[in-house]
Amino acid sequence: MTAALEFDRLGVRLAGRVVLTEISFAVQPGEIMGVLGANGSGKTTLLRAALGLVGLADGEARLGGRPVRTLSASQRAALAGYLPQNPPVGWNMPALDIAALGGANLASDEARRRARLELAEVGLGDLADRGVLDMSGGERARVLIARLLVTGAPLLVADEPAAGLDPNAQFRVMEMFAARAASGVAVLLSLHDLTLAARGCDRLAVLSEGRLVAVGRPKDALTPQVLGDAFGLDGALIDSPSGTVVAARRRA
Amino acid sequence: MRWLLLFLGGVLALALGVSALVGELPLTVSQYREAFRHLGSGPGEILWQIRAPRAVAAAVVGAALGLAGAVMQGLLRNPLADPGVLGVSALAGLGAAAAIAAGLATMPGLVEAAALAGAMIGGALVALLAIRLRTPETLILFGVAISSASGALTALVFNLSPSPVATSEVLNWLLGSVENRDWRDIGLALIPACAGTGLCAYSAVGLRMLVLGEETAASSGLPMARFRACAVAGAALLTGAAVALAGIIGFVGLAAPHLTRGSVSDDPARTLAPSAFAGAILLVVADLFARLVPTDEELKLGVVTAMVGAPLFALVAWRAARSWRR
Repeated sequence: MTAALEFDRLGVRLAGRVVLTEISFAVQPGEIMGVLGANGSGKTTLLRAALGLVGLADGEARLGGRPVRTLSASQRAALAGYLPQNPPVGWNMPALDIAALGGANLASDEARRRARLELAEVGLGDLADRGVLDMSGGERARVLIARLLVTGAPLLVADEPAAGLDPNAQFRVMEMFAARAASGVAVLLSLHDLTLAARGCDRLAVLSEGRLVAVGRPKDALTPQVLGDAFGLDGALIDSPSGTVVAARRRA
Repeated sequence: MRWLLLFLGGVLALALGVSALVGELPLTVSQYREAFRHLGSGPGEILWQIRAPRAVAAAVVGAALGLAGAVMQGLLRNPLADPGVLGVSALAGLGAAAAIAAGLATMPGLVEAAALAGAMIGGALVALLAIRLRTPETLILFGVAISSASGALTALVFNLSPSPVATSEVLNWLLGSVENRDWRDIGLALIPACAGTGLCAYSAVGLRMLVLGEETAASSGLPMARFRACAVAGAALLTGAAVALAGIIGFVGLAAPHLTRGSVSDDPARTLAPSAFAGAILLVVADLFARLVPTDEELKLGVVTAMVGAPLFALVAWRAARSWRR
């Protein structure tokens, strides 16, 4: 099976500074991969590299087996959808129109039909006509996720999709991606909440200062060693009656 | 959308009709009849060679500025953007001022050509910058720099101008007017205006994709460099055509998109056509006002739009303030 996304010894330099180096891992169809790391560890740059939005200094990023730098903008859009962290919302367009932006390559009727479906999926079916700037932060975040789902791309990439949401909404966001993964879509998310990542992702890739320090299933990736190296934390994954939690404190 | 355009088209036709029929010189019913029967008669000349081209020129300029303003606001995701924000109209004004001061005003078409050339230079400069710069903010900063530099050079033209006559001519031209425009002037301005309209129409879908920012648009398959260059070049051609035909006219390009945005649920792509119509209507009505207000020296169109436009715009801004939040 061809990986939806594959990083092969990827390196990125921005303004002469090495931001990512020697990154190699793949995301398979039907899998949720979480990217973790401290602030400035290169998570967003890694996501942008997957989409061809930054130039590569070394190695390769492949979408559906094809090097991303050889793909046109529309070919990339067909292979991967992207939700940046806190995108600006320029105008107070209705939720339906914003969600339909995900179907830029579709006929407008079909894009709107899908937008209606996905808005219902994220629980905003009743608010389709409300202006996105008149919504709460949580509602707006769900509209933006609906836009990502409307792309129908085989790989969905989202940068901090759960940031700023209340705990219930965070679980809900992860459930939406899980539902999509169950239908064979590959998902790549950057996350800050370690417990949310350990519970909601199939595998985790942990970055520290631009290097990959662990890739694997949550209990294999978030070892005490990795928590210490990547985050400066003393802690461990603990199985509790209501699911896995990451218990940690700042390393003295 | 279709009804909105039909409505705006109807209002524009009405405004053009009134503007052609009404003027400072009152005509009798029989004179009107003669004007419609014999286009070359005295009353016919007044209607079809003086008033009608003037009204149509106002409509063309207003439509160009309304469309360019809507494109700039969409491209920069900024409700304060207007056709002048990237310095294109200031460079066009500089071109015209330099041509007048150099004594080229005696040759028909040269001042207009100089204005258009200024706009094209500005447009090319900004289009090149737009390809390289990733954020609207940096583009606006460069636009402010171009505007300031053009303003300074225009002031220099005043400073070095050989005669007070030339100075007053430059000032008069910069105030903006569609007085004494003929069909040929309109025809010449329509060439860049149509080219600009085509580029803007091509950019419309991209403006909508840009609502969620450059990253989202680029990852949705929008070829950013080509799109930005087209949008900027289109707006520059329209602005250049407007300045060449009428000098510097403020506020229309800023206000027209705001007047229509609410009717198309804030969609920057669907704002374009209604904004062009609204700009045309605004300017035809403003010009009618300038002609009919009895003053010793006829009011300049640019002065009228600024005086009527500022309070009107404040009102629109007050109501739209809600949707300005990012």
